[in-house]
Amino acid sequence: MSLMGLNNLYREVILDHSEHPHHKRRLANATQTITLKNPTCGDVINLEIELDNNRIKDIGFTGEGCTISQSSSSMMTDAVLGKSVVESLEMAQIFSDMVMGQKHPQADLDKLGDAAILSSVMKFPARIKCATLCWWALRKSLGDEER
Amino acid sequence: MDSKFQKIRNDFPILNQKVNDESLVYLDNAATSQKPQQVIDALINYYQNDNANTRRSVHTLGERATEEFEAAREKVQKFINAEQSREIVFTKGTTDSLNLIASTYGEVNIQAGDEIVISIMEHHSNLIPWQQLALRKKATLKYIDITSDGQLDMQDARKKITDKTKVVSIAHVSNVLGVTNDLKEIAKLAHTHNAIMVADGAQAVPHMSVDVQDLDVDFYAFSSHKMIGPMGVGVLYGKANLLKQMPPYQFGGEMIDFVNQYDSTWTEIPWKFEAGTQNVAGAIGLGKAVDYLNKIGMQNIANYEHNLVSYVLPKLLEIEGITVYGPHDSNYHNGVISFNLRGLHPHDLATALDMDGVAVRAGHHCAQPLMKKLGVVATARASFYFYNDKKDAYMLVKAIYDAKEFFKI
Ligand SMILES: Cc1ncc(COP(=O)(O)O)c(C=O)c1O
Repeated sequence: MSLMGLNNLYREVILDHSEHPHHKRRLANATQTITLKNPTCGDVINLEIELDNNRIKDIGFTGEGCTISQSSSSMMTDAVLGKSVVESLEMAQIFSDMVMGQKHPQADLDKLGDAAILSSVMKFPARIKCATLCWWALRKSLGDEER
Repeated sequence: MDSKFQKIRNDFPILNQKVNDESLVYLDNAATSQKPQQVIDALINYYQNDNANTRRSVHTLGERATEEFEAAREKVQKFINAEQSREIVFTKGTTDSLNLIASTYGEVNIQAGDEIVISIMEHHSNLIPWQQLALRKKATLKYIDITSDGQLDMQDARKKITDKTKVVSIAHVSNVLGVTNDLKEIAKLAHTHNAIMVADGAQAVPHMSVDVQDLDVDFYAFSSHKMIGPMGVGVLYGKANLLKQMPPYQFGGEMIDFVNQYDSTWTEIPWKFEAGTQNVAGAIGLGKAVDYLNKIGMQNIANYEHNLVSYVLPKLLEIEGITVYGPHDSNYHNGVISFNLRGLHPHDLATALDMDGVAVRAGHHCAQPLMKKLGVVATARASFYFYNDKKDAYMLVKAIYDAKEFFKI
């Protein structure tokens, strides 16, 4: 396959997000903060959310990680900013289904915005955790402790 | 020499395959080694012809299994030059061996205020058992530091090991920095302070000839699976007089002398430490692995790997933006080479190398305190064995250049 195969994972959009991540900053008025670790590699994400009336008024992340985890975090913050808690958790579910290879209607995937492009990670099983770490952090900080 | 090693490759069927349409270049030997057909056949033969439980059966198969199991113990004894075969305890692996020492010898001999000395380069399996023992006993855990080029700081060792020290436990070869530690010297230091010397030999026994009597270590732990043997079996070497004094690790079948309703007595070493049905096939497979390694000769293996390192290390160091951890002089660096590329996370690098068929590890290598010391969260790691060749080394370097080009770094 050689490096051509890498194009399937590292699309231009993904590299852009990782080079210039969106919302990579601390929040002044965070209502929820969480730190999650990827135990296999030691990567860390700190996620901060400012909730207002059950809506994500602001969101930011910091921490170290690979291209996939950084761009996934960036794309996630784009996707859920301004959304309600219920909508955000629904998106988290769609994302995790998607990378595990479960089918969702196109309309669902569209909700994810750029993040939908990470469906490609499904072909790189060792890297799925890198993509899902930020979404787990989101779930946990919004009180969805299941799974 | 090299042509002999070329033929060796054919003994390892797993190496002859494609991954991602590229020929596999297996460079994750520090995690686990591949197995030659001879070892695989020994496992099949055992289950096809000899399988029985050891030491508890009078019948012929039981006798045969017991004989082969004990023959494997003798092979291991000679391989590391232990004085007696009863100094060889079969365990599940290095982790199990080190836990055994901490929770038997450690439990009995460590008291509040005592010191346990390890080093900052230890694998978690030679760290956490001591850390938890120190917490239980209110003892002090001390770390020997490393020098700027990633070698064990012997000056610091002289400072850290004191009359309060009861146990010194150090890796023989680091699974990250690739250095060999001067166990003999550290054991001398430990003994002048009446401490015992424990060594984690997981990365040493597969690659060099080890003589536990010459090193004068009190305990020495290693795993079969890193030395072309099966997974799930390992070894604890211990000096007989120490093993004899230690309480059992686990209780159950085959480790007893007499069992009464309210008390029991224990059988002789090494069986006192081998409770329950053992991994007989695994031990026999390990015995076969020892035969295989002996046939090539551990000195030949060490020389061959040294040549490979002398070839690949300078080539890696030439790559712009690379940081290689541990010594840059190949005379002091074994075939475990950890590195990072500026501007690329090791995970991304490992995925890129995998696309070229090159299998390396990326992560913290079960050495988080060392990662912190090095100021990184993770590194990539290529680790060689005697069935790797210069072409593999070349493919690694080429794949790194490919990755640099792809990620434009
Ligand atoms: C230096 C060192 N010590 C201990 C271990 C643990 O070995 P095992 O997982 O076989 O118990 C390893 C292997 O990962 C190692 O490299």
